[in-house]
Amino acid sequence: MIESPRYDAWADAAAAAALLAIDPQGLGGAVLHAQPGPMRDDWLAALKAMLPETAPVRRAPAHIDDDRLLGGLDLAATLAAARPVMAAGLLRECDGGALVLAMAERCSAATGGRLAAALDAGAVDGQATRFIVIALDESVEPDERPPDVLVERLAFKLDFAGLRPRAASLASRAEISRAIALLAQIGVTDDRTLETICAACSAFGVGSARAALFTLRAARAAAALAGRVAITEEDLALAARLVLAPRALTAPAEPAQEENPPQPDTSPGRDSETQAESDAAADRMVDAVQSALPDQFLAQFLAARGERRGQSRTSGAGALAKSARRGRPLGARPGTLRSGERLDLVATLRAAAPWQALRRGTAPKAALVLVRRGDFRIRRFIQRRESTTIFVVDASGSTALQRLAEAKGAVQNLLADAYVSRARVALIAFRAATADLLLPPTRSVARAKRSLADLPGGGGTPLATAIDTASALAQSERAKGRTPLIVLLTDGRGNVGRDGEAGRIQAQQDAVAAARAVRAAGLAVVFIDTSPRSRQGAPDLAAEMGAAYAALPFVDAGAVVNVVRAHAPSRR
Amino acid sequence: MRSVFPFSAIVGQDDMKRALLIAAVDPGIGGVMVFGDRGTGKSTAVRALAALLPQMRAVKGCAYHCDPEADAGACTEDCPSRTGKGVAKTELRPTPVVDLPLGATEDRVVGALDLEQALTRGQKRFEPGLLAKAHRGFLYIDEVNLLEDHLVDLLLDVAASGENVVEREGLSVRHPARFVLVGSGNPEEGELRPQLLDRFGLSVDVKTPTVLADRVAVVRQRDAFDRDPDGFAASWAKKDAQVRDRIVKACAARGAIALPDEVVERAAELCMKIGSDGLRGELTLIRAARAFAALEGAKAVNSTHLRAIAVPALQHRLRRNPLDDVGSASRIERALAEILDA
Repeated sequence: MIESPRYDAWADAAAAAALLAIDPQGLGGAVLHAQPGPMRDDWLAALKAMLPETAPVRRAPAHIDDDRLLGGLDLAATLAAARPVMAAGLLRECDGGALVLAMAERCSAATGGRLAAALDAGAVDGQATRFIVIALDESVEPDERPPDVLVERLAFKLDFAGLRPRAASLASRAEISRAIALLAQIGVTDDRTLETICAACSAFGVGSARAALFTLRAARAAAALAGRVAITEEDLALAARLVLAPRALTAPAEPAQEENPPQPDTSPGRDSETQAESDAAADRMVDAVQSALPDQFLAQFLAARGERRGQSRTSGAGALAKSARRGRPLGARPGTLRSGERLDLVATLRAAAPWQALRRGTAPKAALVLVRRGDFRIRRFIQRRESTTIFVVDASGSTALQRLAEAKGAVQNLLADAYVSRARVALIAFRAATADLLLPPTRSVARAKRSLADLPGGGGTPLATAIDTASALAQSERAKGRTPLIVLLTDGRGNVGRDGEAGRIQAQQDAVAAARAVRAAGLAVVFIDTSPRSRQGAPDLAAEMGAAYAALPFVDAGAVVNVVRAHAPSRR
Repeated sequence: MRSVFPFSAIVGQDDMKRALLIAAVDPGIGGVMVFGDRGTGKSTAVRALAALLPQMRAVKGCAYHCDPEADAGACTEDCPSRTGKGVAKTELRPTPVVDLPLGATEDRVVGALDLEQALTRGQKRFEPGLLAKAHRGFLYIDEVNLLEDHLVDLLLDVAASGENVVEREGLSVRHPARFVLVGSGNPEEGELRPQLLDRFGLSVDVKTPTVLADRVAVVRQRDAFDRDPDGFAASWAKKDAQVRDRIVKACAARGAIALPDEVVERAAELCMKIGSDGLRGELTLIRAARAFAALEGAKAVNSTHLRAIAVPALQHRLRRNPLDDVGSASRIERALAEILDA
């Protein structure tokens, strides 16, 4: 049982469903991170039981097309009626209810953007449409997540991993409608509460104004649910656990927050006692959030992120994800239908349309729409293979500190090159007993540079583990339709085996085995030897991997870029 | 119509607001790029601007709401200004602010064959796209860095030429499409190609307010708006009207604003100092300074105006090392201090 004993996540999830039913417009919806199973079904059933009886709940696949989502030409009806018949989209059907987005982590940014726009406007095609979105996130890999543009607009993120279903008190429909009535009566929230919320947001590095608003609305709905018109600390704590905990980017600073300038007292009339109360309330909210965060979360998080600088980010603790593009449509062209080709129906109709009157003249009693062979339009896709450069950097003790700095310099040069060619970069560092993915594949050079700068050095050289990790990542990238390139910077002197035990001989054998596996997988590798004097070991290992080999002592950083560029897959 | 959050009620974000107003005064500046995190009010500001912009006079019945003067004779053949006899009737219309959704197809953007007309009447008619809708107004693209490359290229081409040329499906249409491109994006999620960035006239960074009081104010205003959109909008209507007046006056005054040689020299000196590529930087700098002077109600451009808009006009044009942490903005400010305070 991994469950944290400190708070009842399932009860919170049940409360989240009630809050959504009370203020659907204000809260937008929820991301449900869970594998398919009874937990998820129970929660959805609970939500449905709380929404009005007539409220539609529709399920949409992640790859739903825009026509179906937003409405568009109904082809079957159009052909039958010989005039364009528009079909209402799924979103219009969801009006007043909920849209359940299945496998949201596979949803494209474009679809996410459509949903976000509809949520923002409260309308689809100019017609008022109100709905909540329940994004079912089944991601396992760290770089999979629902589109950020959508996640940002959904108040809650519920994580059912490691939870066990158990009875939780669910609000009845009658209670919900009472709460809705009460919600309308809740007056303007006092400044002290607003300050508490904003201070809690700052403490966790949550910069988005939306998060603060969600917290406020959730707290207000919670108060209404409890039959109160005033927000209490309990309500705030619940709202903070549901809204802020999943968005938390930083650990709150320890009590003495000297680097943050003390809040300027903008209203001199306020006595310091109220200020202190507000601070204390914010502290209690911070505690509430911390209790909701999984154990170790902050420690792991900070270790992975290194020191954060500057302003908070809202891109989330997870990796960035965009679903792999298996080629973008490149319009349609005339052609004949052969197996494996896809007819672009709308384009075909467009092509046939202008000739209808003319063709009808020759065949007056024929079908409603006269389509000739020459009208066929075939869909074309262009598959742009994106490339991912995976840097594997040896940060062990055997790479002396100065060599590490040079390796970092070389990687920086390569990053600049990646920036120009819009390739993705990933960073794996290995030292002591492990190889860690410091940066999942990203296009942000700024992030790559930051994780590189924070790279610590020292310890053993788990070369085999590093090669395995890089190989797994490269193969996962390849499965997504990208072309991976591994750039390995090491002196080739592994002394920690796959099992994490020190021992040079075993380590070397493991490294050779790992290298052969890389070669068998057919992965492209550039091996950059960072040892001060090149020995036999490194070139041999490079040969086992089928890698291009370059020794850093003899080439400057610019030449390293050329070596990598020469081996980078062509980009078209 | 649903009330939108009033422009003047937006807390802080002065750089962004100023850049948008400058673009409203002089659409020729070439668009505004807004970089920043989510939830910092980018979309809110653009939508608020839409509600604020003065109405424009357009040819009645024209699908491209073309300008009776500037577009005279240049619009498509269907335009009443060309089909009708004598002078076409005109009407006042709101300045369009068009949202370009992330997944928009090329059809939607440039326009396509009107299927309804074609199927029912067998007529070949062009159905204008988003570019036509945005003519003389603003085209807003949230997350421009995530837009498909081929669409971005197309948009830039149209934005630069002011004309949309469609050659597809047997259609051959060209119509005026002059619009201010407003893009927003989060640099952490993928950067914009440098050649694309350079096409934007102004570039601003928005950040989450760091002062607690400001953050509280943001939440308070937004919450007040959500409770009573109409009432809230009405209570700010007066301030919004003042901003609208400023825009109208500035549009009229822009041409008459003096541009002393000294200011032009300073601008050139500044661009040389920071090593911005090409002349586009200087031209934008001068134009933006003039529009800003017009907004401020000044008679001539002076160095205060130059200073106020130097960073947004130039910061994205520096030849920079993507890994360099020293921001472009601070380089420009240093150069400004050396030149203007000397």
